[in-house]
Amino acid sequence: MRILIFLLEKEFRQILRNRQILRTLLIAPVIQLILLPLAADYSVKNISLAVVDNDHSPFSQKLISKITASGHFRLTGYAPSYPEALKMVEEDKADIALQIPNHFERDLVRENNKQLYIAINAIEGTKANLGGAYLASIIRDYNNDIRLRRQSAPPQPATQTPTAAPALPPTTTPAQPSPPSQPANQPPTITTSPDTPPAVEAVSTNWYNPLLNFKLYMVPAILVVLITAMAAMQSAFNIVQEKESGTIEQINVTPIKKHIFILGKMIPFLVLGIILFTLGLLVGWIFYGVVPAGNLLVLYASLIVYLFAMLGLGLLLATYSATQQQSMSLAFFFINIFNIMSGVFTAVDSMPGWAQAIVSTFPPSHFIKIMRMVVLKGSGFSDILWPLTAMALIGLFLNTWAVLNYRKTS
Amino acid sequence: MRQLLTFIRKEFLHVFRDRKTLLMLFGLPIAQIVLFGFALSNEIKNSHIAVVDYSKDAATTRLISRIAASSYFDIRRSLAGADQLQAAFKKGDIKMAIIFPANFGDDLQHTGKATMQVIADASDPNQATTITNYLSQIVTDYNTELAKDAGQPMQINPETQMLYNPELRGAPNFVPGVMALVLMLVCTMMTSVAIVKEKELGTMEILLVSPFRPIYIIISKLAPNLLISVLNLVIILLLSWLFLDLPVKGSLLLLITCSILFILTSLSIGLLLSINAQTQQAAMMGSLMGMLLPTMLLTGFLFPIENMPLALQILSNLVPSRWYFIIVKRVMLKGLGITAVWREMLILTGMCLLLFTISLRKFKIRLQ
Repeated sequence: MRILIFLLEKEFRQILRNRQILRTLLIAPVIQLILLPLAADYSVKNISLAVVDNDHSPFSQKLISKITASGHFRLTGYAPSYPEALKMVEEDKADIALQIPNHFERDLVRENNKQLYIAINAIEGTKANLGGAYLASIIRDYNNDIRLRRQSAPPQPATQTPTAAPALPPTTTPAQPSPPSQPANQPPTITTSPDTPPAVEAVSTNWYNPLLNFKLYMVPAILVVLITAMAAMQSAFNIVQEKESGTIEQINVTPIKKHIFILGKMIPFLVLGIILFTLGLLVGWIFYGVVPAGNLLVLYASLIVYLFAMLGLGLLLATYSATQQQSMSLAFFFINIFNIMSGVFTAVDSMPGWAQAIVSTFPPSHFIKIMRMVVLKGSGFSDILWPLTAMALIGLFLNTWAVLNYRKTS
Repeated sequence: MRQLLTFIRKEFLHVFRDRKTLLMLFGLPIAQIVLFGFALSNEIKNSHIAVVDYSKDAATTRLISRIAASSYFDIRRSLAGADQLQAAFKKGDIKMAIIFPANFGDDLQHTGKATMQVIADASDPNQATTITNYLSQIVTDYNTELAKDAGQPMQINPETQMLYNPELRGAPNFVPGVMALVLMLVCTMMTSVAIVKEKELGTMEILLVSPFRPIYIIISKLAPNLLISVLNLVIILLLSWLFLDLPVKGSLLLLITCSILFILTSLSIGLLLSINAQTQQAAMMGSLMGMLLPTMLLTGFLFPIENMPLALQILSNLVPSRWYFIIVKRVMLKGLGITAVWREMLILTGMCLLLFTISLRKFKIRLQ
């Protein structure tokens, strides 16, 4: 125990004395946490649209103005023909090309149906997916509008009824379960004329993030990314540095036990991780108004388990590398794959089964899940039991492996 | 000239001796292409949902079976009451809940209107929007069917076509991203570390007192990284062609020319970093924190640049990978020619020349 305290004193002195390291460990992540959520805005709001209006009718004009009024689309311009519009998509001047064909209004009135042509640049899948969805729902809305105007014999433009499509932006309701028989935002019931066909209406509510604020979703995950980089890389560097400069030999010839030495290396970074996490929560609160809905105790308990796992990974990597360059490339390999696969950017749920199985062995995927659940939904210990246990098991495995693989004699 | 060749040989030996680093340098792109290419998808399928049916009549049964039949949804639970919803959401079991109030079928029949409530877990806003929209599509289809007898008038049928990537795979977007990222990593990090290492170990002094010209030191340091980067590029292109079904649609020569331009730019950045750093750790952290994260974020392959605040948008113009990413997308995925990318090429050339000149100027031939 006394040995451990001495070792800790040594480690803390080494870390605190190096201003440059301290800067990169604490200040750089804080600045990143302030800036990154600004960049990491995945919400789709500026989809540029090229329109080919071959109809030039009040109908087509109304459709276009309805699309631009939605706030999701930006009209980049009218193209004289569909190939011209497609060319605009090709040159990245537009994301979506919409063609309103000849006689759109006439055919719609006479023949009761008419095609619209939409081409979406799908290289950026999320944008294409959401853009297509928004456009479809606006067109559905519009379709219902014109139908309603036709049906109600005296034209009543005032009866704006909520249609089957979800209103976008969504109807905001408080994040409490409301009795299902009386939805919080009961739409005004309209007296239906007998010739109106029966219709089911879906009223949608968004819980936990009613304003669909993307930053609420990203800030917790970015904090995890930053902590991952710090924990796994720094602990690996730290040990390899001693290897490279030869000071590890001096420790190896002392009677210090393996696990004491490793604990001495881990605890300082555990403390730094907790400090960084606290700073991160403060930054999230001050700059982005993210206040954890759940219990802080749950968050910190999960953090410690997570750091245990990631520091274990760092140690393991250190035991396998002889130079700092090696440990860096190893750590970078894992961090890079963790960051992109763990659900920060794309949902793990939509991956194929084998990929989900691989991802479940990545500690960050569990911690990101926990963070989002606790911060946004206020989940408690019983809700996060499985990811927490998984993290603990992975941590135990990595640390055992690291201790076994760490040899005092070469 | 012979001197230079000898030095280049020395540097190659240095790099190829370190098997572990080398393994990483080639393993990373391979692993990334395989994992990202096959695993990442922007399509949202099989979302777990819960159904609360207070009505349990013919209409709700039909609607539920329609929802269950869709590949977008996977009905995980049928809850008895809405009071259990909160718990299910908190546990993360379900992404959405659908509630049919009592007398749903009766209302539909007698008043011609029935309301179902849809609650989405909006902690992931995009997913919530997407699945809510899928659901309303199903409901609209159902309504159209109900109205078949009444004859739904004025039906607009949007015909949507997903260009370049009909299955909404993640790969077409990620392959250019991985290319930019990996080339950047190899060039920037490896170069910066290579030079600082000589400083740290003290061998830089020996190099500097030798009659060897500083420009040769730089060239010999850059040569192995250039080769590794080109090899990586070839591996990535082969893998994405063979496994991901993403061949180079445009001119291969043009793509490789642009890639070399980008590689040279990144090498110059690495050079600049190494000139300013004193220790390997500082160089690594500098290239990781200072270069890599901004590269990942401001390139535009993870997040759309047009959503960013203006200041960041302006800043993103300074990131070379942003321009390279545009080039790769146009040449490789869309098959466009040089007329579509000459502007980006010009920008990269400018950056490359500027950075290289600055580093050459600042390269110290004295130690302190």
